[in-house]
Amino acid sequence: MSWAFLRDLLSGVNKYSTGIGRIWVAVVFMFRLLVYVAAAENIWKHERDEFECSIKQPGCENVCFDHFFPVSHIRLWALQLIMVSTPSLLVVFHVAYRENREKQHNRKLYRNPGKIDGGLLYTYLISLILKTGLEIVFLVLFYKLYNGFKIPHLVKCDMKPCPNTVDCYISKPTEKMIFLYFLVATSCLCIVLNLSELSYLIFKYSIKCYLKRHMKKEQ
Amino acid sequence: MDWGTLQAVLGGVNKHSTSIGKIWLTVLFIFRIMILVVAAERVWGDEQQDFVCNTLQPGCKNVCYDHFFPISHIRLWALQLIFVSTPALLVAMHVAYRRHEKKRRFRNGEKIDIEELKNEKIHIRGPLWWTYTSSIFFRIVFEAVFMYVFYYMYDGYQMPRLVKCDAWPCPNTVDCFVSRPTEKTMFTIFMLAVSGICMMLNLAELCYLVIKICMKGSRKTT
Repeated sequence: MSWAFLRDLLSGVNKYSTGIGRIWVAVVFMFRLLVYVAAAENIWKHERDEFECSIKQPGCENVCFDHFFPVSHIRLWALQLIMVSTPSLLVVFHVAYRENREKQHNRKLYRNPGKIDGGLLYTYLISLILKTGLEIVFLVLFYKLYNGFKIPHLVKCDMKPCPNTVDCYISKPTEKMIFLYFLVATSCLCIVLNLSELSYLIFKYSIKCYLKRHMKKEQ
Repeated sequence: MDWGTLQAVLGGVNKHSTSIGKIWLTVLFIFRIMILVVAAERVWGDEQQDFVCNTLQPGCKNVCYDHFFPISHIRLWALQLIFVSTPALLVAMHVAYRRHEKKRRFRNGEKIDIEELKNEKIHIRGPLWWTYTSSIFFRIVFEAVFMYVFYYMYDGYQMPRLVKCDAWPCPNTVDCFVSRPTEKTMFTIFMLAVSGICMMLNLAELCYLVIKICMKGSRKTT
């Protein structure tokens, strides 16, 4: 069980997506998942070992690290990737449900079970709203937990058992900051893509609905 | 999930590339991605652990390392490979869109052989020519940008053995020693050389495509 599972899930979702949805999948693969696995994970690999405080008091480093990094950036990043990809499962389940129904009744109930219309449209819209909501939640969480997206070189810690205020040094703060900004930029891009897809679908189906009603009235 | 997925995606694009494009793809996989994963990552693996400064002052090593290596070579290469591979996705999407259109026409009644559709080699003509050419152009731009970023960030392509650091909290100017500088320099020069080769392949492909379309145009007019 690894990121390959997520990759397969997203490939499955790709079949039932709109054009913008496919661009979203590509952005998530290339600029988020691949960057995470190939580059970002290694930066945060030894973050605890390389966190150094200017004191020999046993336990001080542990306590300070825990105080300043309640949940590591890299773990939040991984959680964000998983949560943001999961709403697409709703669409996959709905299509599977439709196909199952067709099998049970042994006749064609839908013109095309994978086409986004009727109930599937609402499922798709809900999945888009959930995706966008989760992206925003994680960005806000990052911002609130770490007071912005900056990583300082040095933090001053005065938790027990540290005897006084000690200086603690974080490893590779610049590199971590660069990748954090990259994460924020790709999250924002995904939010923009989701919102465009949402507007596009709402617009398209409103026009369809309106035209249908107009034609009915004429008849 | 690793470079394997990228390989699968780009392998799909390979079918619709020119011969030079296929050579570029091979060079990318063998001499860049494989070297990165199999060799370069090991060389840079212990970079901060083995970065040693001539002081016992806590925090000095961290600060000096961060000052001299704001972003590690290995991460820059990974980003370069990702950015350079991304334009090929545009081509893959365009091809997929064309196939989708053909399938739609088939469903609407036109007679098209499904098997032939799956194995069809889509020729680089019309809008696809523009997509393909733009993707090559962007590849060249990204390669050049990253090569410049490397040069600018590290003052050339050589890894020094010793750096002198006087960032706070280091008490004075301290000597800090980089681990495996020669090996790192050799890999840097190797990656630079292969980037250069890839750029030349892309330029050649671009010229080939432009000349081909000009010749076709002149044949039509005569």
